[in-house]
Amino acid sequence: MIALSDFLVLSAILFCLSMAGIFLNRKNVIILLMAIELMLLAVNMNFVAFSHYLGDDAGQIFVFFILTVAAAESAIGLAILVVLFRNRRAINVEDMGSLKG
Amino acid sequence: MEQVYLGIVLAPLFGAVLAGLFGRYIGRSGSHWVTIAGVAVSFALSLLVFKQIIIDGAAPFNGAIYTWMVSDGIKFEIGFLVDQLTALMIVVVTFVSLMVHIYTIGYMHDDPGYQRFFSYIALFTFSMLMLVMSNNFLQLFFGWEAVGLVSYLLIGFWFQRESAIYANLKAFLVNRVGDLGFLLGIAVILMHFNTLDYAQIFKMAPHLAHETVTFIPGYEWSLMTVICILLFIGAMGKSAQVPLHVWLPDSMEGPTPISALIHAATMVTAGIFMVARMSPLFELSETALSFMMLIGAVTALSMGLLGIVQNDIKRVVAYSTLSQLGYMTVALGASAYAGAIFHLMTHAFFKALLFLAAGSVIIALHHEQDIRKMGALKNHLPITYWTFLIGTLALIGFPGFSGFFSKDAIIEAVYESTLPGAGMAYAAVMIGVFVTALYSFRLLFLVFHGESRVDAHTRKHLHESPWVVTVPLIALAIPSVIMGAIHAGPMLFHDFFGKAIFVLPQHDVLAHMGREYQGVMGFVLHGLIEPPVWLAFAGIATAWWCYIKHPEIPAVVMSRCATLYRILCNKYGFDDFNDTVFAGGGRRFGRLLWQVGDVTVVDGVMVNGTARGIGWFSSVVRHVQTGYLYHYAFAIIIGLVLMLGWPLLSQ
Amino acid sequence: MDFTLPNFAPAMPEIFVLSMACIILIVDLFLTEHTRVVTYLLSLITLIAAAVLTANLDTAEPVLTFSGTFINDSMAVVLKLFIYLITFVVLVYSHNYLRTRQLYQGEYFVLILFAVLGMMVLVSAHSLLTIYLGLELLSLSLYTLVALRRDSVSASEAAMKYFVLGALASGILLYGLSMLYGVTGSLDIGNISSHISTSIATPAEHSIVLVFALVFVLVGILFKLGAVPFHMWVPDVYHGAPTSVTLFIGTAPKIAAFAMLMRLLVDGLGDLHSQWQTMIIIVAVLSMAAGNIIAIAQTNLKRMLAYSTIAHVGFLLLGILSGTLNGYASSMFYVIVYALMSLGGFGMIILLSRAGFEADRLEDFKGLNQRSPWFAFMMLILMFSMAGVPPTVGFYAKLAVLQAVVEADLVWLAVLAVVFSVIGAYYYLRIIKLMYFDQPDDVAPLAAGFDMRLAMSANGLAILGLGLFPSGLLTLCARALNP
Repeated sequence: MIALSDFLVLSAILFCLSMAGIFLNRKNVIILLMAIELMLLAVNMNFVAFSHYLGDDAGQIFVFFILTVAAAESAIGLAILVVLFRNRRAINVEDMGSLKG
Repeated sequence: MEQVYLGIVLAPLFGAVLAGLFGRYIGRSGSHWVTIAGVAVSFALSLLVFKQIIIDGAAPFNGAIYTWMVSDGIKFEIGFLVDQLTALMIVVVTFVSLMVHIYTIGYMHDDPGYQRFFSYIALFTFSMLMLVMSNNFLQLFFGWEAVGLVSYLLIGFWFQRESAIYANLKAFLVNRVGDLGFLLGIAVILMHFNTLDYAQIFKMAPHLAHETVTFIPGYEWSLMTVICILLFIGAMGKSAQVPLHVWLPDSMEGPTPISALIHAATMVTAGIFMVARMSPLFELSETALSFMMLIGAVTALSMGLLGIVQNDIKRVVAYSTLSQLGYMTVALGASAYAGAIFHLMTHAFFKALLFLAAGSVIIALHHEQDIRKMGALKNHLPITYWTFLIGTLALIGFPGFSGFFSKDAIIEAVYESTLPGAGMAYAAVMIGVFVTALYSFRLLFLVFHGESRVDAHTRKHLHESPWVVTVPLIALAIPSVIMGAIHAGPMLFHDFFGKAIFVLPQHDVLAHMGREYQGVMGFVLHGLIEPPVWLAFAGIATAWWCYIKHPEIPAVVMSRCATLYRILCNKYGFDDFNDTVFAGGGRRFGRLLWQVGDVTVVDGVMVNGTARGIGWFSSVVRHVQTGYLYHYAFAIIIGLVLMLGWPLLSQ
Repeated sequence: MDFTLPNFAPAMPEIFVLSMACIILIVDLFLTEHTRVVTYLLSLITLIAAAVLTANLDTAEPVLTFSGTFINDSMAVVLKLFIYLITFVVLVYSHNYLRTRQLYQGEYFVLILFAVLGMMVLVSAHSLLTIYLGLELLSLSLYTLVALRRDSVSASEAAMKYFVLGALASGILLYGLSMLYGVTGSLDIGNISSHISTSIATPAEHSIVLVFALVFVLVGILFKLGAVPFHMWVPDVYHGAPTSVTLFIGTAPKIAAFAMLMRLLVDGLGDLHSQWQTMIIIVAVLSMAAGNIIAIAQTNLKRMLAYSTIAHVGFLLLGILSGTLNGYASSMFYVIVYALMSLGGFGMIILLSRAGFEADRLEDFKGLNQRSPWFAFMMLILMFSMAGVPPTVGFYAKLAVLQAVVEADLVWLAVLAVVFSVIGAYYYLRIIKLMYFDQPDDVAPLAAGFDMRLAMSANGLAILGLGLFPSGLLTLCARALNP
C-alpha cells in the first residue's frame, strides 16, 4: 500500500523541478511551456491523491478542469510563441529583455 | 421646512453661479436679473420663516441636512439652526442684500466687471446665510471664511488700482490674525467637548464651567475664558475692533454697494452675531465679558474721534461704522446680547442707507469722494438729501428714530452692568454720543449745506440719481425710522429671542432695566430726559456752529491743537506701527529665515538633498527590473520561499 | 437517480454575457472594417444589459446556486456593476484608438467580454473550482489581448512574460488550493472556513500544511494584484501592451483580484488572520516603497503608472491586513477609486495620442495647459487624486485605509505609508509641473472625438465629485460587505 505522503512527496518534487525549470532555463521558451505543464501535473497528482484518500470525488473533477484549462493555456502559449518568433526570429529567453527598468 | 431653508441659502448661490460662470452668455441684464431673482426668493422665504418662528411662535428648527463625514466619532455636518435670532438675521441680510442688488444696477452701470460684481454679491449673500443659519462650528467657519473671501475679492474689485490691491491684502492679512484666534477657539472647543454641534456644546458648557487648562506650566486658566477670548479674537477681526480694525477704513476702496452691504450692514456684524449666538459660553466667563466691554468701549470712542478729521465721504461713514460696532461689542460685554442684536439690526438699515446715499452723491459728482469739494447739494439731490438726513438722525439716536432706541438701550445696559470696567465703558459710550452727532452733522453740513465747492463743470450736470438708486434709499429709510419703535419693546424687554440667547440671571441687565422703567414707554420717556439725548443735541449744535455759522473755526482749532490733529490724522499710528513692526519686522525676519533656514538648510540639505538622494536611489533600484524573465520568476520563487520560511521560523 | 435543475436566476448576468460574447463572435465574422462599429455597439449594449440584469438581482440574502459553487451577494453585485462601468468606459476610450492602429478587430471586443465574464465568475465564486475557472478565463483573455498587436516586438515580449509568469503564479495558486483541499476535504469555501475554525480550536497535526497552503494561495493572489516581490510583470506588461489593453488590464481586473482576495483570504481563510497579517504587512511596505521610489526614475508614463499601481496595491493591502470589516470596506473603496483613477490616467494617454503617435512619454504632457486647459485640468485632478490631495477622492481612499490601520493599532505602519505617499506625490506633481509650467514641444490640436472627450471629462469630474461627496460610495462599500 502506497501512503498518501508518498504521493505528496512525488508531487512536491515535480513542482520543484518545474519551478527550477522556469528560472534556470535561459535558452528556449518552449522549455518554459513544458515546465508549466509539469507544474500543473504536479498539482493534478496532489488533487487525485487527496481525492482518493479522502474518498471525495470533487478533487478528481477539479483535475478534469485543470487538464482542460491547461490545454487552452498551452494553445495560447504556443500562439504567443509564434507571434514572438515572427517578430524576433528567435525564441531565446535571454533575448527578451527590451522592456526593463 | 428643510426645503425652505435650503431654498433660502441655495437661491443666491444659484444666481451667483449662473452670473459668475455664464455671465458672458446671459449678458449684463441677465446677470442682474438672475441674481436679484435669487436674492428676492431668498428674502421672500426668509419672511416666511420670520413669520413662522417669530410671529406664530413655531418651535426652532435644529437639524443636519447632510453628513459630510464622520471621523473618530466627530460628525462633520451641514445643518441649520433656525431660531428667533437666525430668523431676524436672515431677514436683515436678505433685505439689505436685495436693496444693494437693485442699487448696484445704477451704481455699476458702466463698469466692465458688471457680471462679476453681481456674482460676487450673490455669493456673499449665500455665504452670509450659511454663516447665520449654521448649527455647528464647521459650517460657521465655512461661512466665516467664505464671507471673508468674497470681501477680499470685492475690496480688490478694481484690481488695476494699486490702492485696492493694498487694501484687500491688508483686509485679508488682518482677518487672518483674527481667524487664527477663532480657529484656535474652535479647536479648544473640539478638544474639550468632542463635538462641533452648538446644541450639544451649550448643553455641556455649564458642566465644564470650572474646568481649567494649562498651556504654560504653572499657569492655570479657566477653560471658558480661554475659549471665549479666542472666539472673540475672531470676532475682533471680522467686526473690526481695536486693534484689528485697521482693515475696515481701507476696505472703502471697494465699490460703494459693497461698503454698504459687507463692510457696514452684514459681514462686519458677523462677529457680533457669533458672540450673541455663543451667549451660553460667554455667560460663563466674566473675564471675557469685561474684556469685550473694554475693547468695545475703546473702539467706540477712539474710532468716532477719527471720524471728525476725515475728508473722504466714505471714510467718515466707515469710521462711524467702526464706532457703532464698538457700541455693539460693549453691549455684548454687558450681557445685553439682545441690545447688541437690536442695534445690529437698526444699524444695518441706517448704515446701509448712509452708504448708499453717499454712493448716490458720489455718482452725482462723477466719482468724487472728497467732502471738501462738495457742499450745498441739498437742492440738487433732494431724495438723497432727505434719506441721508434720516440715516444721520437714526445714527445719532435722535428721539423717535430707530438708533435712539437701540443706542439708549446699550448705554443704559452698560450703566446697569456691574462687571469690572463698566464705569469706564459707560463714560466712553456717553462721550461717543456727542462725537457721533458731531461727525455725522459735520458730514451732512459739509456735503449738503453751506457754500458749494463743486467745480463748475460738474455743477452743470448735477441731477438726482436714477430710480434704481433712489428706490433702495427710500426702502431703507423706512425701516431706519420705524424699526426701533416697533421692536424696542419685544426685543429688549420681552422674550423675543426665546432660548436663542442665554443670559445668567445675575448678568441680566435688560431684565433689570425692564423692571426699573416698567416697560418700553417708561424707558422711552426716561430716555428723553437722559444725558445722551442732550449730548446728541450738543453735538449737532457744535457741528452747526463750526461748519455753518463760523466755517473758519475748524482751521483755527486745527492749528491750535496741531499735535492732537496729527495724531488723529495718523489714526493713532496703528498703520505705521503695523507697517514697520509687523510687516517690516516680519519681512526682515522672513528674509533671515529664507536665506539661512530655507535656502541653505531646508532647500539645500533637506529637500533637494532627499530629493536627489531618492532620485539617485530610484535610478539604481530600477535596475532590479532587469527585463529577464528568469529573474522575474526567481523573484517570485524567492518571495514564495521566504514566506514559507517565515511561519516555520516563527513557530 | 433524479436530476434537479439548478437555480439559474443568480447567474443570469453571467449566462447573458457568455451568450452575447458568442453571438458577437459570430456576428463579427460577417462584418467588414467599416461596419465593425456594430460589434462595438453590441458590446456596449451587452454591458448595459448585464448591468441592468445584475442590478435587478435580489441581494437581501446571499444566494448559493450550482451546488454551492456560485454565490450572489451584495459585494458581488457592487463589484460587478463597477466592472461593467469601467469596461464600458474602457471600450469608449479605446474605440477611436483601435481604429487608427489596425487593431479594430472583433477579437478585441470578444476577448474583453470573455475577460469580463471571467471576472464575474471570480467575483461570484464560492468554491475553489470556480475561483480557478474564473481566474483562468480572465488571465487567458488578458494574455491574448496583450499579444493582440501581432507586429509589435514589445507587445509580444510583454505577452510572453505575462503568460509565463501568470502560468507560474496560477500553478502556485493551484498547488495551494490542492493542499487546502487535502487538509479540509472540501472545495466549498464555506466548508473550508468552518473546518478551519474548528481545527484552530483543537490544534491538529496538519496545521503546518494549512499554513503552507495559505502561503501558496497568498502568492497567487498577490501576483494577480501585482504586489512586491510578485510585481515584476506589471511594468513590462503595462509598457509593452497597446495602451487600450493596458487601460483594461490596469483597471477592472484589479477589482476582480480584490474579490478573489476577499473570497479566498477573508471568507475562506479568515481565521488564519494572525498568520497572514504579518506577511501582508511586509508585502504592503515593500510595495509602497518599491512602487513609489522606482516610479520617480521613469520617463515613460505607462511605466510610471505601472509603478504607481504597485504602490497603490500596497495601500490597498493596508485595509485588508487590519482584518476588520471596516478595513475590508476601506480596501474595497480604495480599489474602486483606484480603478477609476487609473482609468482616467491611461485614458489621458489615449486622448493625447493620434494616428502614428503614442503620447506615453512624460514629455508629451509638456505645456498641455496651453493646448487644452480643460484636459490639463482633468489630468491635474487625476494626478492630485492619485497623490492623495484633498478634495479629490484619492485623499479619502487613503484616509480610509489609514484609519483602518490605525484602528488595528499599527500606527507606525500608517506613518510609514504617509511617508511613502509623500515620496509618491513627487512624480505625480511633476506631471502637473510639466503641463502647466513647460512649453509644449508639440502643438498639434487634440484629435480625440466627442465621445472620448465627454467620457474623459466625466471621468475627471467623477474623481472630483466623489471627493466632495465621498460618503455615498463609502457607505455603499460598507453596506456591500455587511448587509
